[in-house]
Amino acid sequence: MSGFSTALADSTIMLRRNLKHSLRNPLVIFNAVLFPLVMMLMFVKVFGGAFSVGEDYVDYATPGLLVMAVSYGLGSTATAVNDDMTKGIINRFKAMDVSRGAVLTGHVVVTAVRCLVADAAIVALAFALGFDPAAGALGWLGVFGLLVLLTVAAAWLTVAMGLAAKTAESAGLATVPLIMLPFLSSAFVPADTMGAGVRQFAEYQPFTPVIETLRGLLAGDPSRGDAIAAVAWCAGLALVGYVWAVTTFRKRA
Amino acid sequence: MNSSAIAVTGLRKAYGDKAVLDGIDFEVAEGSVFALLGPNGAGKTTTVNILATLMKADAGSVRVAGHDVATATRQVRSAIGVTGQFAAVDELLSGRENLRLMADLRRVRPAASVVDGLLERFDLTESADRQASTYSGGMRRKLDLAMTLVGSPRIIFLDEPTTGLDPRSRRTMWDIVRGLVAEGTTIFLTTQYLEEADQLADRIAVLDQGRLVAEGTAEELKRQIPGTHVRLRFAGPDELDAAARLLPGAVRDDQELTLRVPSDGESRSLRALLDLLDEHLLGSREFSVHTPDLDDVFLALTGRVSTEVTAK
Repeated sequence: MSGFSTALADSTIMLRRNLKHSLRNPLVIFNAVLFPLVMMLMFVKVFGGAFSVGEDYVDYATPGLLVMAVSYGLGSTATAVNDDMTKGIINRFKAMDVSRGAVLTGHVVVTAVRCLVADAAIVALAFALGFDPAAGALGWLGVFGLLVLLTVAAAWLTVAMGLAAKTAESAGLATVPLIMLPFLSSAFVPADTMGAGVRQFAEYQPFTPVIETLRGLLAGDPSRGDAIAAVAWCAGLALVGYVWAVTTFRKRA
Repeated sequence: MNSSAIAVTGLRKAYGDKAVLDGIDFEVAEGSVFALLGPNGAGKTTTVNILATLMKADAGSVRVAGHDVATATRQVRSAIGVTGQFAAVDELLSGRENLRLMADLRRVRPAASVVDGLLERFDLTESADRQASTYSGGMRRKLDLAMTLVGSPRIIFLDEPTTGLDPRSRRTMWDIVRGLVAEGTTIFLTTQYLEEADQLADRIAVLDQGRLVAEGTAEELKRQIPGTHVRLRFAGPDELDAAARLLPGAVRDDQELTLRVPSDGESRSLRALLDLLDEHLLGSREFSVHTPDLDDVFLALTGRVSTEVTAK
């Protein structure tokens, strides 16, 4: 077997392991899916009426909630990765002729799947709340592609945080900024309504171009967002997360 | 060199400026059991971790299964199995799934029959489909070792395989190790118990503060330390004299008023000794049976008690 196919086979085996973990712990999935849905109901049904965003609030907020659902699904990954490292099982894998990245890839793929399930639930609830996107098939494909890219980038970053953290608790806490970021973006209200300082932050942080691109794609007007910035941010974060994760993994005994 | 499963020369490892392994050398013949004996903190786990490719040495050469651990890491990994001090099982998976995971990663086929065979051999069939988190300590160790055996590695490292186990589980573990040896597997184990090394190992090396202070067969080591003996303390020098005349093989200590009588520690020989004293109307103030343990080995080899005991 070539190096690549060995790595792929090892990753598939590890993915199966992580999937079993997720299914044994349904609370994690329930939590990752339910919380964003509750947030959606809060924003659309409770606060949304008071926000003036120039369009139906559910149309405005759905792209932001899609991103929020991704970031909310990360916490359990950081904890799970850290758990793996602090228990003896990781030394077993390391002392075997198993491709080095497979343990981590399994976590990344499971995280991506979990986040995309949450996103599917968000879309379903959005339609129930009167979401009326103008996007065609190509637009939806773009939305899906960008969400996959964002999820994978965020998952690598989270895996790295989980590896770098000393304890499972601090690993879970390390992802809190990722959960807070959507609030400091154009997810729920346009950035230009925010105070000085916060506004600049919101305009230049990575989630804003992603959200704006999703918004443009869903509105059938892709030129509204900055797709290049969105993809560049995701690719950059994925690369940083990957390199950070792999070097930390090598360092830890 | 070719007949050595493991060859270590000049192995050094330090954490910061604290030397954990200070230049150790040993060889393990293929198909034999080698025990590294030492108290906590002697450097046993560090040695295992370096030999099992989990840690890099600072200096020295380490060859496992004929390959250098630093340059041919992958070849070494495919020849070894490691069972660490803490059971490395996936608690969210069942026993069967844990073994299946190993079989898949080692590309062992047919996986199902290998897994079933190991479950049966380790008496885990009944609990095979329960999550490992529900297993007792002994069962976890067994599952852990079973996972190590998937794919029949030629060399197996066992880091304190019985620490924390009850005496019965310890016996079971010993039987398993003997079974592996009978199949021709080379075993490198670490232990804090002289008895365990004595029971299992062909050769024993004693590790103390990062140095090997002795190496040899169990018999060779025991010759260097006082064997099992009975210690008798008498009320006065007259009784001591009389008893010393009766027991010519005994070693006397006039200050302590004691006699150290070599014995196998069995009840029959103890009764014979007591009967002999009775016949001559001699009674000892104190009577104790002393079996050599790791502390005696340390006392004999290093002139001080083991660090673990000092720490208490």
